[in-house]
Amino acid sequence: MRWLHKLFIQCQMLIHRGRAGRQLQDELQFHLEQQIAENEAAGMGTEEARRAALRSFGNPTTLRDQTRDTWSWQGLELFLVDVRFGIRALVRTPGFSALAILVMGLGIGANVALFTVVHSVLLKPLPFKDQGRLVRLYEANSKGAFQDNVLAGGTFASWQAQAQSFEGIAVNKGIEYNLSGSAGQLPELAHAQQASWNLFPLLGVDAALGRVFLPSDDRRDANPTVILNWGLWKRRYGGDPAIIGKTILLDARPFTVIGVLPAWFNYPDPKVQLWTPIYHERSPEVMSMHTAHNLDAVARLRPGVTIDQATAELNTIQRQIRRQFPDGPVHDAANIRPILDAEVFRLKTGLYAMFAATGCLLLIACLNIANLLVARAATRRKETAVRTALGGSRARLIRGQVIESLVLCVAGGVIGLAFAETALRWLVHMRQDIPRADSIHIDGPVVLFTMGVMLVCGLIAGLIPALSSNDKHILRTLHESSRSYTSAQGGLRLRRVLLGLQVGLTVVLLTASGLLLKTYNRLRSADIGCATHDVLTMEINLPKGSYKTPEQIVTFYEQLVDRVRQLPGATAVAVATVLPGEGHQRDDVFTIREHPALPKGQVHDASTYFADPGYFNAMQIPLLQGRLFQADERLDHSNEVIVNQDFVRQFLKSENPLGKHIKVDVEVPGADAGLEIVGVVADTLEDASGAPNPAIYYPFYSGTQRSATLVIRTTQAPSAMALPAQQAIAGIDPGLAVANVLTMDQILGQSTIGASFDATLLLAFAVISLLLAAVGLFGVLSYIVAQRTAEIGIRIALGAQRTQVMRLMLRDGLQPALSGLLLGLIASAGVAQLIQSMLYGTSALDPAVYILVSATLLVTAVLACALPAWRASRLDPMTALRLE
Amino acid sequence: MGKPSDLLQGTLDLLILKTLSIEGRHGWAIAKRIQQISGEVLQVQQGSLYPALHRLEQQGWIKAKWAESETGRQAKFYSLTAAGRRQLDSETTQWARLSDAINLVVQES
Repeated sequence: MRWLHKLFIQCQMLIHRGRAGRQLQDELQFHLEQQIAENEAAGMGTEEARRAALRSFGNPTTLRDQTRDTWSWQGLELFLVDVRFGIRALVRTPGFSALAILVMGLGIGANVALFTVVHSVLLKPLPFKDQGRLVRLYEANSKGAFQDNVLAGGTFASWQAQAQSFEGIAVNKGIEYNLSGSAGQLPELAHAQQASWNLFPLLGVDAALGRVFLPSDDRRDANPTVILNWGLWKRRYGGDPAIIGKTILLDARPFTVIGVLPAWFNYPDPKVQLWTPIYHERSPEVMSMHTAHNLDAVARLRPGVTIDQATAELNTIQRQIRRQFPDGPVHDAANIRPILDAEVFRLKTGLYAMFAATGCLLLIACLNIANLLVARAATRRKETAVRTALGGSRARLIRGQVIESLVLCVAGGVIGLAFAETALRWLVHMRQDIPRADSIHIDGPVVLFTMGVMLVCGLIAGLIPALSSNDKHILRTLHESSRSYTSAQGGLRLRRVLLGLQVGLTVVLLTASGLLLKTYNRLRSADIGCATHDVLTMEINLPKGSYKTPEQIVTFYEQLVDRVRQLPGATAVAVATVLPGEGHQRDDVFTIREHPALPKGQVHDASTYFADPGYFNAMQIPLLQGRLFQADERLDHSNEVIVNQDFVRQFLKSENPLGKHIKVDVEVPGADAGLEIVGVVADTLEDASGAPNPAIYYPFYSGTQRSATLVIRTTQAPSAMALPAQQAIAGIDPGLAVANVLTMDQILGQSTIGASFDATLLLAFAVISLLLAAVGLFGVLSYIVAQRTAEIGIRIALGAQRTQVMRLMLRDGLQPALSGLLLGLIASAGVAQLIQSMLYGTSALDPAVYILVSATLLVTAVLACALPAWRASRLDPMTALRLE
Repeated sequence: MGKPSDLLQGTLDLLILKTLSIEGRHGWAIAKRIQQISGEVLQVQQGSLYPALHRLEQQGWIKAKWAESETGRQAKFYSLTAAGRRQLDSETTQWARLSDAINLVVQES
């Protein structure tokens, strides 16, 4: 308790230091008055009494200071004095201070921004009850090929029935509904999720309004129900609580609204607008198949069960399922990831690499500041020596310097925080593919981090120069008049080492950004095998309610293609389900009728797309063999397929592919008997960074697909076609919503945005650090030249050639740059191995990158050194010597 | 300088605490009181009195409040806290032991 009381008193003293000072004055004055009064009472005259009292009182100022010394805040007061002193010293050199603060601001700002992203995206727990036990479940291949496969409905049912490791397993699946307009509202395509009823209780989420699903809602024969997300409810229904119990139309079918989710709920992503029960929406057949993989699974581990134990259990169950179904795409193992990890593991390497890069940048900034401070310390050697001689303790001197650099770093940190705020807003805007981007904010931990960074930077930048200036040679410093060309060698050596380190770090940054840039270029220039310029695409999703039969679907799309084709500027129009560069969407297993049965447990698998007759022409995918689909191959007369070159390479080798039949379990009529291969087209890439894979094109006019992408190749700017095309769609069905109106370039841009972003950002960091290194080199060499003016003067006077002087100076300046370069190249080779997974088509030791980096650095170094070296060679020996 | 007023290190605290144990006083009165009781032998210098008072206050052994002095002027009055009373007890015991010990040594020769 006593320490508490003491602390209280001390805090009071801290707050009321000013008042306490006045009170002390008053107290001492009172004492003096008392003494005078006593002296007077003893019979002295007024003046004599006063003088006697003062005499016995001693020096009032000393007394006051001695008393103040007992207050515990003396240290703080000294600190404040040092801070004031430091600020004064910085204000005296406004150019230096502004530059230093700006450099620190950039460094700290970049770090704070990246830390905020790493903290909010990778580290901050999801807002669910006891989220440590929440995991995502995947089907996997025991040989390690596919680790993160979505679940099949049958697998989900088996796991749910048999697995003991979990309190519960729930599934959800993303889908789009056509949310029909009512009372003049526009129809819209709503991102939605179908979920098993137990998903919300499993996550520990309750409805903000109404209720969540019950088991009785999640059945095929239940009344259709829907839960709205907060955003949709506010936006489209005006936040009216009376929505509960009302009916809304999804794909032209009535659904009763039973609940509204809380505003903070944005799982699995913030785009989701509404939820429907999955067993009501999907047929019991699909939900019991082990081959149709389309469900995301979430589970809650029982307390005390580890992920390894649960994985082992699921593996056993899944092996059994595989034994039951040796044919078809049924996996034989399982994989479990913590829920947060599942969301972000793809981003981890990139973000941590960026964070490391900002760390390097900050370190470079610190070294630069340290370097500048060493130079200042050197110019202030006399002042330091005088202060030491007058009794200033070494600790106090060091503290002064550290405080000076702390002041710089704190100012830089404040600017950095503002800079980070701007950078984050830009980043969230640029990278909408980052999961949990909505949770990126500067919050308490970030501010703490900023303060920590400021402190560490201040200490690093302040201690290096402070410790380097030792006071062992005060006398010599004081003796030295101006013959200073032999002095300060220690400081100079230190500056060279700092500079070497700085150059080394810069080289690492340059190399890493060079490798990533090359990767990005490779991705950009990767030929995905189809037309990419002047192609506009838009997604259409026909509602189930009003397009019930294949005839209706085919009629709509035929009409649409026909109308759009007549628009001025459209050269080719087509529809297909998946476009190149849109990633992997669907694959089917199949057998080839003409081949002997495969050994048990083996299957053929290929990506599958639906395309109309005009697709290959519109996308300029060349036909290599056979023919394309024909206009009359529709509905029941559509049992032909086209395959790609890779398909032939993998499954038919040297056989003639034409006339072979593919037996596959798909909605196309006649598929179980076998679909005839009528043509072979060139390969396209699903992913710019991937290799081609075998693919089958089914005829789109079989009429089984309600959703498709309309493709328009144009002669004019593709975006100019968007409005006329949408009007054409509205002309056929005014209630139809169109989504994702994008050019082909944009689709490809989206798939490379991560690479481009990482490369650009890293390059920016590298350029900044290159600039800093150049400034450092320039500063050091200018300093050397200034220090050696007299020596150079003598050399020239004795007959040294200008070029010799210049060479001498250049060598002096380039030496740290060269050793830094060597150091940096070695470190780069190591670092490049770490970012190997981010590289595509680029070796971690790509010679071109390393050579270019070395050349860039050398040129920069020579440029930075050239001016001071040239100035040295121009020195007039007489002036130089007279300076002495 | 060997003046009689030189106080043994640490004993000033004890004297102040003891003086305040009877009643609260202001600084001048404390000095006067010590001088008086000791028969003018112990002269407390202001230079040591006020630092000591402030130190004791920081320690939480004495507390201060501003009140009107006998002359009608505002003055800072110090008084003993409960912790101060305990401190006084322990310092008194210690002093007794120390002075006994010194007496033994001094009287032996």
